[in-house]
Amino acid sequence: MVSRGLKKLYVFLIFLFLYAPIAVLIVFSFNDGRTSGTWSGFTLRWYVELFKDPAILKALYYTLLIAILASIISTIIGTFAAIGIHNMPGLSKKVVLNLNYIPVLNPDIVTAVSLMALYRFFKLDFGFTTMLLSHITFCIPYVILSILPKLKQMNKHLAEAAMDLGATPFYALRKVIIPEIMPGIVTGGLMAFTLSIDDFVISFFNTGNGVSNLSIEIFSMSRRGINPTINALSALMFVSLLVLLLIINKRTENH
Amino acid sequence: MKRIAYPYLLWILIFTIIPLLLVLYFAFTTGDSQNFNTFNLSLENFKKFFTPIYLKVLLKSINLALVSTILCLVIGYPLAYIISREKPKNRNTMILMFIIPMWMNFLLRTYAWLTLLGRNGLVNTVLARLGLPVLDLMFNDKAVMLGMVYNFLPFMVLPIYSVLTKIDKRLLEASEDLGADVATTFKRVIFPLSIPGVITGITMVFVPAMSTFVISSLLGGNKANLIGNLIEQQFRWTGDWHFGSSMSIILMIFILITMAITSRFDKDKEEGGRLW
Repeated sequence: MVSRGLKKLYVFLIFLFLYAPIAVLIVFSFNDGRTSGTWSGFTLRWYVELFKDPAILKALYYTLLIAILASIISTIIGTFAAIGIHNMPGLSKKVVLNLNYIPVLNPDIVTAVSLMALYRFFKLDFGFTTMLLSHITFCIPYVILSILPKLKQMNKHLAEAAMDLGATPFYALRKVIIPEIMPGIVTGGLMAFTLSIDDFVISFFNTGNGVSNLSIEIFSMSRRGINPTINALSALMFVSLLVLLLIINKRTENH
Repeated sequence: MKRIAYPYLLWILIFTIIPLLLVLYFAFTTGDSQNFNTFNLSLENFKKFFTPIYLKVLLKSINLALVSTILCLVIGYPLAYIISREKPKNRNTMILMFIIPMWMNFLLRTYAWLTLLGRNGLVNTVLARLGLPVLDLMFNDKAVMLGMVYNFLPFMVLPIYSVLTKIDKRLLEASEDLGADVATTFKRVIFPLSIPGVITGITMVFVPAMSTFVISSLLGGNKANLIGNLIEQQFRWTGDWHFGSSMSIILMIFILITMAITSRFDKDKEEGGRLW
């Protein structure tokens, strides 16, 4: 009995440790004072201020635009890549899969500076394009990794049957393979979207010309100290990402 | 059919392989980082790194990452164990609750500690109200460590948990039937079987902890420079990409060594490494 209570206490303390900072952050986003710690009454003014701040609105616009574009492009490239990789013979499959793992396993900062070196080499101006290309680069591997298991589960004779019945390979791809692996594609796309929205390190290094995303804004704001607008922003981001990820989780559970 | 992967192979070549080769090239040259024509092959960058000032930073990064990894293991293992002993329905809820904080933006999660422990944070405001002296809880190495444990604890717990739940129950029954008590069963059966999860967890905490610059610049102030901060400074501010690249290479070598050591223990990579 005692040990059971002890276990409960332990789990409770860890959850407290995990949730306390977030709870404080969100609660004080409704606080009328500037400091956290003194409750000066309920207000929504930080939320109003948030939506009046041109820098944050611009960052929000770029965050969403890049997340949408990066997830669409990486899902398209990743889907074709996954189907192709799935059909490769043993050795080249292994090699490509290992190359695919590089951006996943490499520390973010190394991926970031290596892409920076690439853009410098090709004399690309840092800004929207470089940030988008970088996001696509780190998203594709995750898309592929979420589609490959679906391809493995698929009956490999389905596509052959379609082609025996006179379908061209492209028609078989469109009408048989892609519908079969659709759950994996959607999960991969959603994952790419959340990764892109959440990214800081790679964006931070590969942007310029006044283009920034929410993470970069948060970084520069928080280096200046506590700011209740960030609290409001975090509450909003937390809730929207929570909804999005609950959808992904539901999907992965169902399939 | 395999030909439709070719666009991606081209993408890998341009956006993964060439960039890494460029970093390697930068690391072994000196010159004006802006102008590729001025580059000269040299080992200058590495010589510069292996001097006491920078070695101290490297050692500090290793030290902080190691201590954080150990803390994550010590805190995380019991948690993973407790959760894995629960009924399936309860443990799924508990794991979900455990993952939800991770869905908050990484920077915000780190920043949240400032609102709690910073100079004008909750704890200090309460202390000041009670007439107690204000504490300097932030902007030191302990704060960085706290940030690391907070951010990376799930990376330790989830792989261990996933291995623990897969242990065949009959093994535990067999151990009990043969007269082992709870402690012996844990020491001789459960723990050895959970090693792959522990190893994955160690890698997944150590790698980001070793290479972070965000946690140290938000919670460490100017005092807590880690190798990640040095790389950031070279690329973003100082502009010596050659030196920055050589440090990236050194960081990568460290990470590769870690992975080489751990992958020897890790047979269950696909399962253990899954976080979503």
